[in-house]
Amino acid sequence: MRRTTPTRRPAPPRILATLLLAATVCAIGAPPAMARGRDALSADDVAWLRRDGFGLDSASVARYRELGRDRYLDEQLDDRSGDGLPPDIAQLIHGYEVVSTPPDQLIASYQAEQERIKDMPDGDAKVEARKALQQHGNDLLQEAQQAALLRAVYGSNQLKEQMVWFWLNHFSIYGAKGRVRWVAARYADESIRPHALGKFKDLVMATLRSPAMLEYLDNAQNAKGHVNENYARELMELHTLGVGSGYTQQDVQQLALILTGVGIAPPADKQRVNPKMASLYVRDGLFEFNPMRHDFGDKVLLGQPIKGSGFDEVEQAVDLITRQPACAKFVATKLARYFVADEPSPALVDKMARTFQRTDGDIAKVLRTMLESKELTANTGKKFKDPMQFVVSSVRLAYDGRPVVNARPLLNWLNQLGEPIYGRLTPDGWPLDASGWASSGQMAKRFEIARAIGTGNNRLFVPEGSNGVAPGFPMLTTRLYYDAIDPHLSAATRDALAKAASQQEWNTFLLSSPDFNYR
Amino acid sequence: MNRREFLFAAAAAATAPLFSYSGRLFAAPASTPRFLLVFLRGGYDCNNLLVPCGSDFYYESRPTIAIARPDAANPNSAIALDSQWGLNPVLRDSLYPLWQRKQLAFVPFAGTDDMSRSHFETQDNIESGEPTGQRTDYRSGFLARLSGSLANVPSIAFTDALPLSFQGGGKDIPNISLRGVAKPAFDERQSGILAEMYKGTSLAAAAADGLELRQKVSKDLQDEMMKANRGATTAKNFAAETQRIATMMRDQYRVGFVDVGGWDTHVNQGGASGALANNLTNLGQGLAAYADALGDEWNNTVVVVVSEFGRTFRENGNKGTDHGHGTVYWVLGGRVRGGRIAGEQVAVNAQNLLQNRDYPVLNNYRDMLGGLFARTWGLSPSQLQSVFPGAKPRDLQLV
Repeated sequence: MRRTTPTRRPAPPRILATLLLAATVCAIGAPPAMARGRDALSADDVAWLRRDGFGLDSASVARYRELGRDRYLDEQLDDRSGDGLPPDIAQLIHGYEVVSTPPDQLIASYQAEQERIKDMPDGDAKVEARKALQQHGNDLLQEAQQAALLRAVYGSNQLKEQMVWFWLNHFSIYGAKGRVRWVAARYADESIRPHALGKFKDLVMATLRSPAMLEYLDNAQNAKGHVNENYARELMELHTLGVGSGYTQQDVQQLALILTGVGIAPPADKQRVNPKMASLYVRDGLFEFNPMRHDFGDKVLLGQPIKGSGFDEVEQAVDLITRQPACAKFVATKLARYFVADEPSPALVDKMARTFQRTDGDIAKVLRTMLESKELTANTGKKFKDPMQFVVSSVRLAYDGRPVVNARPLLNWLNQLGEPIYGRLTPDGWPLDASGWASSGQMAKRFEIARAIGTGNNRLFVPEGSNGVAPGFPMLTTRLYYDAIDPHLSAATRDALAKAASQQEWNTFLLSSPDFNYR
Repeated sequence: MNRREFLFAAAAAATAPLFSYSGRLFAAPASTPRFLLVFLRGGYDCNNLLVPCGSDFYYESRPTIAIARPDAANPNSAIALDSQWGLNPVLRDSLYPLWQRKQLAFVPFAGTDDMSRSHFETQDNIESGEPTGQRTDYRSGFLARLSGSLANVPSIAFTDALPLSFQGGGKDIPNISLRGVAKPAFDERQSGILAEMYKGTSLAAAAADGLELRQKVSKDLQDEMMKANRGATTAKNFAAETQRIATMMRDQYRVGFVDVGGWDTHVNQGGASGALANNLTNLGQGLAAYADALGDEWNNTVVVVVSEFGRTFRENGNKGTDHGHGTVYWVLGGRVRGGRIAGEQVAVNAQNLLQNRDYPVLNNYRDMLGGLFARTWGLSPSQLQSVFPGAKPRDLQLV
């Protein structure tokens, strides 16, 4: 694979413009490296690829050319390309403490440290120790956020990477709350990622059993006689059925009772279960179902009786909820809103919801219905990228697979655009439509970040803590650009690019353009 | 200017000839009224802000998180406002002085008739300002419609993203977060080229206004900081932010929106200290800083603090509270008829709880804000109907 050298001097803009012109005019017999000719992708192929993944890079375009759309889609949905990452990026991610240390160990050391601090005499040392513990948690959260971003930029199955982000957002958690920081990375890798293209019900159960969700929505506190209905409500409203889909306050309260005793396991030496109840106790890593904390009364959920029996009630409830037609409709609508249009056509949503119901919530099959529909590309260029899509697609285009050594700038850009991973305070997740991200203040910010990426004034290639110098600006005028982007640019964007006074500025304008920011 | 003059100026401003405003920056006439909506997202626990300390039921319901009855010897007890109500003592230095100057009123039993008890549904419902269950436009907010029906009331949201309140009004409303304002990144030529690319797209105004506003604000704030920089600000983040908001509201804008999150206290919310008290402390300091920073223009200012709902009256098993219904709204301003508890009320006891759970709503926010807007800007009935369709505005004589 050809790779550009960021330190290369910029082509003078006039020459660039000439090249551009040459590429446009001389489709036949043009210089081989730069020309667009037989190799140019059709508008429909480009549109499809820009929806299927976070954004174009040479590797994804090459694979698409090799397989053709149908087989490319098959490969992605069967997840045959796995979670392939460049070795340097895999190494960077595995160097993070939050990834390399098992979560039960992280939580155990956190709890031990908390106990130690509690027993310290009041004074500066205690204050310092508490601060250090907080700082440690913050560092772990940042690592978790960086890992998620690196996977989005470099993951070889871009459809899956988008789905991991989509589900992280759908089953949103807030990193700064309680112990969530210590387990957020595992939430992505162990609760979401393995089920991102699997069965929706399994995904719901995996999030329900995750310490991150149980901590965030307070179900770790939900016990017989001390009922906390927070998670029960959001499970129906935000994760499965949608508000106004027919469930009642009564249903929320009943589901909260069903969920009593579902929580986070205490350290092993603190665990006490009455021998009579021991057979009903469930423990799996940090997850526990504690029958001592469960309300064993009989319940009625969505009109169906559920007999008080233990953790089995939870599985029955999730089964019941995810089989409701409202659930199929709700999930299909959100998927279509993310991939296709802010207001997706009811016909498409119906088609997807029918697939959802027919296949018992098989996510890959619902995605296939969507990705094979004519609606996917019918409104090409009208779906405004959210900040995550903008940041990830910019870096994919600008650096085209070149491994960064420092993911902190990625995180900062996403924070500045107001869409940090694990940063949504409320459990509804970030908005999926343009109106959430296209206000005047956000547009200005987006141009500034396009500038940081386009001019190379960033620290992506400077190791953290080092005071080394950034290697310069990226070259965006690669074969990828001439094959997939240049042929489809609008006149307004061409005009702007022609006015660029330097390569850096040219990059900034391209990444700021409507052509790049709508997909 | 006395209250009558204030109201007269308001009416005059409302009938001034209409001219187009699309985020352009200019100074509005000094004496037109200013309105700031502060949205507490997460459903704050009003019962530990405006404490029903005359109610034995309150103390029975909250064995661990209640605020003690007023007691001169106990600094953590409620500050008596009248025989029935007290104020959380964390507001003693920030907002209680405003109450004493009669510039702060509370409206308990306020909120919407939306019964979903969902944060998101209820926030959207309130921001839309349309009748519950009859929303026809999911992308239209009442502040946008207010701003659209009045001349010469430039509006702004002090948020990262444009809130629903300000969407869909037919004119572009700028938004800017004042949590950190850096130097502008682009010169005029670059800004021009960037804006040009978006000409003819639906984001044309947002792109152009965003570039222009950032340029202007960072210059203004740098000037401001030069002038006022006699040492670092001591107030917490929100207070620093509200001081900047005040500068912009004083000079350029007339309707503003800011939101504050973190009020969803299901677990260990605390009483006179703890998580909720910390939030209230910051909020109180922020609002006091806003009043201070406006100087004389505080007399032309109304601030309303709302939240999507209140919480369960009884504390839950985790020393917190769950989603409830009615809540307490705050109304502040130099000419506000404050120092009183306004609106319709009932005794705080078990029989009067809604569904044996939370406060009923006796003062619908659409009627109440409609009445307030009518007084502030002299809106006609038809203008009011466009802001709050189907509402029955009630004048609580808050200004």
